Amino acid sequence: MWKTLRQIARTGIVTQPPPTGDGSLRLREALQADIREILGRALCIRVVDSGSCNGCELEIQALNNPVYNLEGLGIRFVASPRHADLLLVTGPVARNMDVALRRTWDAMPDPKLVLATGDCAATGGIFGETYATRGRLASVIPVDIVVPGCPPAPERILAGILAAIRASHAHPRSR
Amino acid sequence: MPLRRWSAAAAPLAGSPGTKQIVVARENWRARAQEIAAAGGRLMALWASGPAATGRPAPRTLYAAFVLPPGLLVLTMPDDLAHDEYPGIEEVFPHASRMQRALFDVSGWRSSDPDVRPWLRHAAWPADFHPLIHETAPTAAEEPRPDDYAFVRVEGEGVHEIAVGPVHAGIIEPGHFRFSVVGEKVLKLEERLGYAHKGVERRFTELPILEGHRLAARLCGDSTVTYAWAYCQALEGLAGTPIPARAAWLRALALELERAANHLGDLGALGNDAGFAFGLSQFSLLKEQLLRATHAAFGQRYLLDFVVPGGTRADLAPEGARALSDCAGHLAQQTRVLRGIYDEHAGLRDRFAGAGMVTPALAARLGLTGLVGRASGQAHDLRSDAPWAPYDELAPGKAGATEGDVAARVAVRFDELFESCRLIGRIVRDLPGGTHLAAGLPTPPEGALGIGLIEGWRGPVMIALEAGASGSIRRCHPHDPSWQNWPVLEHAIIGNIVPDFPLINKSFNLAYSGHDL
Repeated sequence: MWKTLRQIARTGIVTQPPPTGDGSLRLREALQADIREILGRALCIRVVDSGSCNGCELEIQALNNPVYNLEGLGIRFVASPRHADLLLVTGPVARNMDVALRRTWDAMPDPKLVLATGDCAATGGIFGETYATRGRLASVIPVDIVVPGCPPAPERILAGILAAIRASHAHPRSR
Repeated sequence: MPLRRWSAAAAPLAGSPGTKQIVVARENWRARAQEIAAAGGRLMALWASGPAATGRPAPRTLYAAFVLPPGLLVLTMPDDLAHDEYPGIEEVFPHASRMQRALFDVSGWRSSDPDVRPWLRHAAWPADFHPLIHETAPTAAEEPRPDDYAFVRVEGEGVHEIAVGPVHAGIIEPGHFRFSVVGEKVLKLEERLGYAHKGVERRFTELPILEGHRLAARLCGDSTVTYAWAYCQALEGLAGTPIPARAAWLRALALELERAANHLGDLGALGNDAGFAFGLSQFSLLKEQLLRATHAAFGQRYLLDFVVPGGTRADLAPEGARALSDCAGHLAQQTRVLRGIYDEHAGLRDRFAGAGMVTPALAARLGLTGLVGRASGQAHDLRSDAPWAPYDELAPGKAGATEGDVAARVAVRFDELFESCRLIGRIVRDLPGGTHLAAGLPTPPEGALGIGLIEGWRGPVMIALEAGASGSIRRCHPHDPSWQNWPVLEHAIIGNIVPDFPLINKSFNLAYSGHDL
């Protein structure tokens, strides 16, 4: 036990200040202003991998590491769409995931936001629109924010997430 | 005929060193597979080629690649046009079953296997459309239909089913698990995969052969270096152009960085799945530090498109070299501390030991491969069994265990992580000079087949690449070790309790996207 405590003490606090929300990633500015007002700073996110290569997932997982410390910002990933404010989607929407993706979106309560993460969800990426993929996420469900990248760095995904919530509100951890 | 006699006629194939090919008649197909199995050979991959969806048509051919030390033996069976089906080999190699089902889905060639359920095809396109042989894809319905898959039912008093997925509670890839349980105890698990199917084999045929590595790099994001290297190894073999020594060493550096990053991620997640959040927090920090050092060295956290035909996209500058070697030393030192904590933690020991057991005998029978196989006494690692440059010089140590439980898979990860840290330091120190990129790869000759075979962090990844006319791809079949290991997970969970499934599943950590093609 003392070894564990010593390791915790030696590691210290490694969390870095979060980036500011990047408004340029928003697709539907005016429409969503009221939603950002309702949600305030806290946000619950449901992730759906619609057929990604798993690259984006690795960077989304990184948001939970002590450096980005997403939960410290009042933002967390939830296990049910019923609890979620924001749907974070990766991948070029494999047709085999089409039903599951739509059902997840349908199950979310209003108001709800959708964030397309990575080049595949943004444009279809290298996979494009084929017999097996539908291509860009926006052709399947309405998208509010797009974070391109292959895969996007955690800071970029975080900037996209923060763009979903009240931008004007100064954040306690931002310096 | 004994294996030694007929296999002597095999001709060398381009790409991975030691790969040979031999043509087998239909009536001998199953017997040859049996002889290979009897000699200790293992099925690597199964695929069919032609007539192509795009480009010039070719006669239909069946391929099966077997690991038969010291190399890979590719059996080739031309269609005799007299039979609709080819002889299945699922009774010799049980994991061939899903490969044969997938082969039918994409290539429309049925095996004699009685299990004719679709594997990669769900309800999104009709059963008579096979993407590798039909040029015109059917138009998708506006409202997609749910899949109706015939799961095997377990009957009996008190038996009920738990259906999980394809969307999971955590941040992981899509797949469906159907548990039949009594109380908490799992009687049977049946997997349903294919949700991440992106039609990559058809997509390859639309790309120029010199650009296919970009798609290969995106088949399985956690193994991007492995796949891109396997693709480039096949391509460079076809072109007959060896890569500069520095390029091979830089690729090995990238491969070990990939291995270390994945093992760090898994070790943290395994601690977390056993209720030890401290482990996740510590290992995810170490992983972040490794990704930042990788970024300092090559300008990327994950090395997508780092491996390119002829060498590597970027070279290693002295500052980058220092960042990587410092980081590798730091990781090894911190991991030693954390291993001590993991080993002494009674709660972890209790959850890890005996969970998700796969005995060496079962592992050998079912063809368990890669990292998970090494934890069940299957001491195979291409880096030391059939080393390609520069692993012939690096001579990496091989990790292994025989217990076959979660604890063994954790121990193998620790051992391999230390070895990768050592290799990273060694490569950075002894990196040969010269260029990192050979100029002007020639276009490979039409119809030639090349095989790339690279031991990634999860296991051996194979890419079969067939050149088309004027720099196109006639056929490209990528194979992930998860094809071998997914069916074994169904056995590993039997008799365990449902709450241990996330832990056991994570200890396998198999690919969905890489498998779903």
